[in-house]
Amino acid sequence: MRRPVAVRVVGPVQWIIIPAVVTVAVTILLATPVELFGLHLPEPVIPMVLAFAWPLIRPSVTAPLVLTLLGLLLDILTYGPLGLWALVLLAIYAVVLASRSFLIGQDTAVLFAWYAACCTLAFLMAYLVVTLIARNPPSILALIGQIVPTLLLFPFADRMIERFEDGDVRFR
Amino acid sequence: MAFRDGPFENIKVPLVWTAAVTVVLAAIGCILLLISDARAQTSPYQPVRSGVEAVAGPVGGVFAAPVRWFGHASDYVGGYFFAVSENRRLKRELAELQPWRDQAIALKNVNARYETMLGIRPEPPVAMQTARSILDTRGPFSKARLLDAGSANGVKVGNPVINEHGLVGRIVGVSPGISRMLLVTDVASQIPVLVDRTDARAILKGDGSPNPRLEFMRGVGSVQVGDRILSSGDGGGLPRGVPIGVAARGIDGSWRVKLFSDRGAIDFVRVMLFEDFGQLIGAEDLNAPPLAALGTLSEASPEQASAIRDAAARRETARAQAEQRRSDTAAATAAEAARPQPAAPPPAAAAPPSQPAALPPGGTE
Repeated sequence: MRRPVAVRVVGPVQWIIIPAVVTVAVTILLATPVELFGLHLPEPVIPMVLAFAWPLIRPSVTAPLVLTLLGLLLDILTYGPLGLWALVLLAIYAVVLASRSFLIGQDTAVLFAWYAACCTLAFLMAYLVVTLIARNPPSILALIGQIVPTLLLFPFADRMIERFEDGDVRFR
Repeated sequence: MAFRDGPFENIKVPLVWTAAVTVVLAAIGCILLLISDARAQTSPYQPVRSGVEAVAGPVGGVFAAPVRWFGHASDYVGGYFFAVSENRRLKRELAELQPWRDQAIALKNVNARYETMLGIRPEPPVAMQTARSILDTRGPFSKARLLDAGSANGVKVGNPVINEHGLVGRIVGVSPGISRMLLVTDVASQIPVLVDRTDARAILKGDGSPNPRLEFMRGVGSVQVGDRILSSGDGGGLPRGVPIGVAARGIDGSWRVKLFSDRGAIDFVRVMLFEDFGQLIGAEDLNAPPLAALGTLSEASPEQASAIRDAAARRETARAQAEQRRSDTAAATAAEAARPQPAAPPPAAAAPPSQPAALPPGGTE
């Protein structure tokens, strides 16, 4: 008689809720007003990792809704126009969802190139929207100062994809 | 009857399509939010922002506390090791500042006398509220901070915020215990300023970089590298004369301002509970003739009246003495001129003419 094997179910709590909560916590942590030797903490757009990884893990109705909430929270925390980051994150989610069949199973380098392209698109969108609303273009150097730390978050997105991609046999 | 037991039992929609529809609907909602949100106090979502900030503020304060303790510890250690050099620097600064202090006292005295003589109503002293920065936003699209003082402490929207070096920003949102400060470097920040040397006016516009731009400068040479930039007080949003920074050329050739507030950490700040001077008195009073306030002066006391009479008598005496001296001098000069002069010796040689002779026609260039 075979012994029953414990089957671990990877549900939305594991790959949506917990990463979203961690994202919020790290965002608030990095917003701490620290200044050492004239340097501040980096301020990447951490939900960008989720906007890239979630559609590759599996399509879901919950993920875009949580992503919208994360974007709205980011708008309030950063005192940005309400809806700015939510719209940008949804755009990235849509782009990755549309290219899902191409990206699944690709090498890490290809994924990083796609992630970099998505980040560029996201910040370009945000730049245009803020310029339109404030009628004052933000500094390009300051923009690069936020793009670079966001790009450096790619290993977390890659790790999430590897961790949860095969979590549900229905999506293999 | 459950939904899946009905006629739609066998309908299967790909999950990608349902996710895509969700994305489209959420994006439409976001666009509507963007259009309707004016990011101002009149924004319909201001209560939501205030509610989230009221929760996030204390959380950020908890995160900031260990960092602050670490900063204090490093300051303590640094102060221990660098006490001698710090002492020398402070002594040097003190020696440099003492003449400035004397000049400031003298100028303050003279200024107060002028204000009294002209009947000027100076702006009342501005009350301050000390606050601590508990949450920081540093991206290119927004530069803002949460402060741990709110409307319960008298903070209002529009109040300027300074640190020990200069202007930091202004309040753009308040809740009872938390307020939101927009930094002068934010892309939405525009502040009327003046150049201290020339009194030229400009607008200081933030763009997300550490050094905001000076725009709408008029006149040639109205600003130079190193000029001090102060708030002009135009529009009544800020008091006049708050130090902001020094002018500098940016790498793109535009005029920018190196902020004084960047000289130290923006951890503890002071909110100026500033009311526009124009709001404190009626508009008709502002339109009154310049010396109309002289009529409101109180009657002089007997001591003041005797002092005034004494000063006037001394002034009259001094004037009479000066007149006498002047007339004596004039008489002595006239007597000297009337006395016969001894014959002058013949000149050894002809003196050169004081004026050149008339040039021949056509000799000019």
